[in-house]
Order: sequence, then C-alpha cells, then structure tokens
Amino acid sequence: MKNILTLAEKELKLYFISPIAYVLAMVFLMVSDYLFHSQVFFYSTLSSQAMRAQGNAPQINLHEILFRPTFLNMSIILLLIMPLLTMRLFAEEKKGRTTELLMTSPLTITEIVLGKFLAAWFIYALLLALTLHLPVMLSHVTYVAWKPLVASYLGLLLMGGVFLSMGLFASSLTENQIVAAVISFGILIGFWLIGLTAQTAADSSVGEVFNYLSLIDHLDNFVKGMINTRDLTYFLSLTILGLFLTHRVVESQRWK
Amino acid sequence: MIEVMHLGKRYGEVLAIDDVSFTVAKGEILAFLGPNGAGKTTTMRILTCFMPATNGTAKVAGFDIFEAPMEVKRRIGYLPENPPVYPEMTVSEYLQFVAKIKGVPHPKIRAALASALEKCNLGDVSRRLIGNLSRGYRQRVGLAQAMIHNPDVLILDEPTVGLDPKQIIEIRELIKGLGGEHTIVLSTHILPEATAVCQKVVIINQGRIVAVDSQDRLSAQVRKSEKISVRVRRGEAVEPEKLLSIEGVQQILPQPAVDGEGVFIVEAELGRDVREALSKRVVESGWGLLEMKPLAISLEDVFLQLTTEEKGVEEAAAAPAPAEGVTA
Repeated sequence: MKNILTLAEKELKLYFISPIAYVLAMVFLMVSDYLFHSQVFFYSTLSSQAMRAQGNAPQINLHEILFRPTFLNMSIILLLIMPLLTMRLFAEEKKGRTTELLMTSPLTITEIVLGKFLAAWFIYALLLALTLHLPVMLSHVTYVAWKPLVASYLGLLLMGGVFLSMGLFASSLTENQIVAAVISFGILIGFWLIGLTAQTAADSSVGEVFNYLSLIDHLDNFVKGMINTRDLTYFLSLTILGLFLTHRVVESQRWK
Repeated sequence: MIEVMHLGKRYGEVLAIDDVSFTVAKGEILAFLGPNGAGKTTTMRILTCFMPATNGTAKVAGFDIFEAPMEVKRRIGYLPENPPVYPEMTVSEYLQFVAKIKGVPHPKIRAALASALEKCNLGDVSRRLIGNLSRGYRQRVGLAQAMIHNPDVLILDEPTVGLDPKQIIEIRELIKGLGGEHTIVLSTHILPEATAVCQKVVIINQGRIVAVDSQDRLSAQVRKSEKISVRVRRGEAVEPEKLLSIEGVQQILPQPAVDGEGVFIVEAELGRDVREALSKRVVESGWGLLEMKPLAISLEDVFLQLTTEEKGVEEAAAAPAPAEGVTA
C-alpha cells in the first residue's frame, strides 16, 4: 500500500508539472460550461412556455431537463479527452527507459499499475470537482436537488475509472504516446458505438446484450439518481478488467 | 556474493547468452568485457530480475533470482545503460522517490539522500531539473540512484559511456572507492576501464564466456614470449646477429624509426629476463642506447586474441585445421 501511494505521488507530481492536465481541465470546463449554458437557456424557454400554458403544462424537472443532458454530453467530451490523460503513463516510462528502474525495484506489477491508476483517477476527480461550480451557481437562483447530483457524480467517477483503466491498458501496449491515445480512443468509441447499436437493435436478444454493455446507459441510471448494484458491478468489473489486462501486458513484456 | 550458474537466454531463434557461469566474491569488482552485442546487458538484466533467463539460474547474496526476486531486488542497485531518470524531476526529488521505492525506511531517507548526493558529487545540482543536466551529471544521478539504498551489490551497465575524459576518471575513482564495501559488476567494451578499476575480468563474446580470471593472469596466459623494445642512436650500425647470440633471445624484429635511429623488438623466452645482457651488448657494440622498455601485453591484446582465437576455433572446427602459425 505504501508503495502504491509512493508511485501515485510521483505520477501526480508529473501530472502537475506537465501542462497536459491544465490544458485538458481548461478545455473540458469551457466545453461543459458552454453546454450547460445552452441547456439553461433551453430550460428557461421551456419554463416560460409552461407558465403561459398555466395549470395544464407538463411537469418540468430541473434535474431531468438541465443536469441529465449536461452530464450525458459531458461523458462524450470525457470520452474524447481521457485518453490524453492516460497515454503518458506507461508509454513514457518505456520511452525514457525508466521501466528498468521500476521493474528492478522491490515493487510488484500490481503496485505499479494501481499507483498509476490511482494518480490518474485523482486527477480525474479534481477535473469533475471543478464542474461543481455549475450546481453551486444554480443553487443561488433556484432549488437544486442534491441527492440525484451525488448519484450522478458517483456515476461519472465510476465511468471515469473504466475510461482510465482502458487508457492505461492502451498505454502499456506501446512506447508511443500518440499510438496509446489512439488505441484508447478506439476502445472507448467502441463502447459508445455499442450503445448506439443497442438502440437500433432494441427488443432482440442481441439488443439486450448490447444494451447491457453500453456505457452510456449505465451512466444514465446514475444520472437519473439511481444507484443499482447492476451498474456498480458493470463499471467496477470493466475497470478491473482494464487493470488486469494492463498487468498481463506489463508482465508479458518481461518475457520478450 | 553473486553466483551465476549456466545462464542462458534465447530471444526467439537468437541465442543471446549461452551457458554463462561465474562467481563474484564479496567486495570484489568484476568487469564484464565484450564487444557490442556480446550479451553483457542481457546477463545484467537477468541478474537484476528485469527479465527471466531461459536456462540456468543465479544467486545474489544467497537469494535465487527466480525464487526470491523481491529479496534480490532489495539488495541490488542497478544502473542501466541509459540512466533511468525522469527529466521533469529535480535531482533530489528523483532520488527521494527512488529511495522510497527501494524500501529505505522513512526516517533514513534524508540521510540516504545526503550521502548519495555527496558520494556522487551532486550537491550543487540537487535542486536542478534532471532534464537540464549534462550527460555526465545525468550519469552520476544514475549512479546515485543505484546506491541510494546502500545495496550489497551494484550492477553498472557501461557506467562511463558518453562521458568526457575528466568525468570518466571521476566515475572510475568513485567506483573504485565503492569496491570493498559493495560488490560491483560493471560491463564495458572499453578495455582500459577494466584495467583501471577491476580485480577480476570476465570476457564474453557472442554470448559465451571466453575467459574468467584476474587481469594479470589473463595477460600471462596469452603472452607467448617476453618482448623488449630497444631504441638506439645509430640504427645503421645494428647487427642483429650480435643480439641473437645472447642466451634466451629468440627473435629480433626491426621497427620503423626516424632520424637514423634504430628501433627493434627483442623477443625472448618466456620467464627469462635478458635485459641486463641485452643492455650490456648494445652498449659494448657502441650503438648508443637511448631507451629500453619491456612491452607488457595490454588487456586489449588479450581481449582481441581471445575473441579472435575463439573465432579461429570455430572455423577450424568447420574446415580441416590449417597449420597454426605459431613459431617456437
């Protein structure tokens, strides 16, 4: 455990030194704030229409109309930027020949993989924490339901774990950061496409399988405010799968 | 301290090392000598548990590299060919990190850092980014990294490669100073380095050990005669027959010389000192003795001879053996 923290601390140090994390945070915040802003605009139009319609207007729910689409959009942006957060982790060690240091130190491969993963997850959590200004800002002008927001953030955090573990796996495959990023784009977009296929193939048994595999669907449950063991299991098991594959790749490279 | 037993490593079809065995005693400095691609790095990587061997095994400080890799790793400091540094970190940040992952207990880290900085003369640059340091300093950071946890065994892969002559001397002095306390294995393809630093030499070529011995004994093994170089003022007056009549002298080899001086190499029987008789004869003949020096065979000659002899043996095995041109 001590070793994992030491390794994570080193990775965090490198994250804060390099400009990547800062640039990513800025771009992510700009895009997600813009999307939030347009959603707020849509919501205000909708609510003024509802006011004009008087009593027989449909129920409009702030969380449903404002936060849910924002978080789902955010997940697409995350899908595009997360590979950039993980591409360095193993590729750079291999290129700089520092793998030799790690592998000849009394560390297990599990410790190395977990150290890197935790550091990346911590950076991701910070990135999400920065978006908290949206509900906080809104809570000054209207009533915000915090409980579904907690569930939404938990969902985003868990989904990020999947993105990061897949990115880590991609990074362990190559010593070229760009190649690592492209591979993890491929994997993540694959998950996204599964979601789209699930929509078109609905009702068949194939559709059901795809439905279960789709990342966005599971995230949507969290965003709606539901915390299901089914979704928890899905995210955690995919994360563990990514970490396990990474472990295998790093181990196998010793034997080449 | 280190026991290597029949180590072999195969990369697909290529046999990188084959049946490598040697031992290193505690406190000894051993040079691993061989041309590029001979299998030096492979052997070191196996010893440090970076990669597994295909056959054979090795013990470091009594621990088997397969059965107890963690114990071995704790006791080894390793400097790979390229120092494994993070250019974005400062020297002391980096060394602290290494100390932690090598298992130096927290209260001792400060002392370990200070002593590594001092031994490797890095005090002035401890706050600088490693990426901004010169090659020589980076190499020293690599060395500091290898010894920060005060390991029993230091494995250094070409520790002086890419350094300028002054830095090379500094690093060699440092390594020499570390011997005795630490057991050191270093690889090199630069022969004077082995001469300057090590007590024991292992010569490896094409993945096989060609010779293991102390440097003096290796030289003696290869040397077939005593050689003395003689320089005289009046080269035209020299009559080789006069020297050949000295007991023990076998051959006179004239060498190119300038300004009418004469230079020749006198070959004598092994183990016989002909210098006194030789100088007397030259002076009596009135050739004007300017210089006389015994030619010690350098490790370079040993190395070339051993690695090419090995090749000769293989060729001889393939084709009917030609008569060896060794004169009695």
